[in-house]
Amino acid sequence: MTRMTARARRRSIVNLIFVAACGMTAVIALGALALIGWSLLSKGVGGINADLFTMSQPAPGSRGGLLNAIVGSVILCGLAMVFAVVVGVLAGTWLSEYGGRTKLGHAVRFLNDVLLSAPSILIGLFVSELLVRNVIGHFSALAGSIALAILAVPIVTRTTEDILLLQPTALREAGMALGATRAFVVRKIVWRSAATGLLTAGLLGFARISGETAPLLFTSLGNQFFSVNLLQPIASLPTTIFQFALSAYDDWQRLAWAGALLIAASVLAINIAGRAIIHRKTS
Amino acid sequence: MSDPTAAGRSPLGEDIFRYLCLSAATLLLVILAGVVVSLAIGGWPAFAKFGFGFLTAERWNPVDDIYGAAGPIVGTLVTSFLSLAIALPLAIGVAVFLTEFAPERLARPIAVAVELLAGIPSIVYGMWGLFVFAPWFAQTVQQPIAMSVTPGSWLDTLTQGVPNGANIFTASIILAIMILPYMAAVFRELLLTVPAQVREAGFGIGCTSFEVTWRICIPYVRTGVLGVIMLGLGRALGETMAVTFIIGNSHGFPKSLFDSGSTIASTIANEFAEASTDMHSAALIALGLVLFLITFGVLALARLLLARTTR
Repeated sequence: MTRMTARARRRSIVNLIFVAACGMTAVIALGALALIGWSLLSKGVGGINADLFTMSQPAPGSRGGLLNAIVGSVILCGLAMVFAVVVGVLAGTWLSEYGGRTKLGHAVRFLNDVLLSAPSILIGLFVSELLVRNVIGHFSALAGSIALAILAVPIVTRTTEDILLLQPTALREAGMALGATRAFVVRKIVWRSAATGLLTAGLLGFARISGETAPLLFTSLGNQFFSVNLLQPIASLPTTIFQFALSAYDDWQRLAWAGALLIAASVLAINIAGRAIIHRKTS
Repeated sequence: MSDPTAAGRSPLGEDIFRYLCLSAATLLLVILAGVVVSLAIGGWPAFAKFGFGFLTAERWNPVDDIYGAAGPIVGTLVTSFLSLAIALPLAIGVAVFLTEFAPERLARPIAVAVELLAGIPSIVYGMWGLFVFAPWFAQTVQQPIAMSVTPGSWLDTLTQGVPNGANIFTASIILAIMILPYMAAVFRELLLTVPAQVREAGFGIGCTSFEVTWRICIPYVRTGVLGVIMLGLGRALGETMAVTFIIGNSHGFPKSLFDSGSTIASTIANEFAEASTDMHSAALIALGLVLFLITFGVLALARLLLARTTR
């Protein structure tokens, strides 16, 4: 009897330690992330002002902002999303409506998942080898946005497949029963009923690429001047932040923090919007 | 008004749409193949010139055009495994806390926050590491250790290095913070797949929470746990910006935990745009191929293991 109670006590102590340890890890993890958030706010907020959005990058010591980088990022990501949504939605549709259960379908799904987590710098190397060296011959906004598109496609494809599979089969059957072809049913019924979900697929892809730096370093490079030419190098927020953060000038580092805050805040906002849409749709 | 069903019945439109979808799906395969082929072709001159020694030689010298990749390869493996060793217990703890102990009201917002944090760009982690964490680490950890250890002792060998906080160890910590939200989120999803009956059966025969988690839930999802580890490892191996900021970027083998070093990704990021000779860029692309082969293996394994538990 006494042995039993001793054992029970030991088990409850072990349990208590375990619960405490788990709580502790949560505190450590959230604490570290809160510290990062706090640094970002305290160092970045000071740099957010009208100049940031209306002036291009300055020489060290003079007034300036990130206008050229912001515009460059919008162009790079916007163009990338056009490619990524077209390819991703079609590929996701094929997986969900046509060949998802075939051998090719399994291969596509598997390699899509691999591509989803492949190091982004390798995608940059690939596009650089292909376009920058052998086709266009120099750094360009086009090459940068293609690299970003390749990074966004796997997310759009995967989310599209998931969203389309959520649409009721009865919907497709009803369309078919009325004599419409499969392609017609997919485009006019399935896509339409999944419209908000498809929007989310795009948003998630957008959130993924908007902070990407590595693949841009040797595709779009960067540009200290304002440019909207797709065949020339173009500035982007991440590459400008990279350059400014590693510089020795205080005012450049301040701009880098403001830019980092800007990117982190927009990525968070896009992700939250995407989640809110999906949540409303599924609940 | 045109009759929509007439358009819908055209077999040509049907075929065109079908093949459009198929070619988009196939394009994904083409891209992945393109990555491998372009890295193999671009890196070939380096493999041809240095042979197997490219992987094992330490000397990386763009001035003499001699390249050995052992430094960045070892740096990549060391930082990845160190960061995994730090992040894994934390990720398990967070996921268990959220699924087992946290009250529902708290668990949901925290889980969402953790998932959102997984999307923060790595350049932000890198800047924080360089400007906030590295100086703090240098002052409160590195310098006191350097002052108190006996020269020549094992602790001294392990902690030698310039006390500026930019080294293998701090890079691993930043990497760990980066992969932690991601791993915790996937791990939590896994734990949620354990059926409530299995869990309740455990409590029903008088198990404590610890026993239910450790002896029932985690064994229940064990292949998935391996998948999470591999997924985290895959991220850590290829992570570029966070590491480039804080690892110190020196060539060659790191001599100690607190020595500066480099990884494959950081070396490519630092040197590729300014590669001076053809052999230099070939060597960097060859490094890229090595990284691709390592991560592809790890990720493929992760996906296979995760697919087995979740589908």
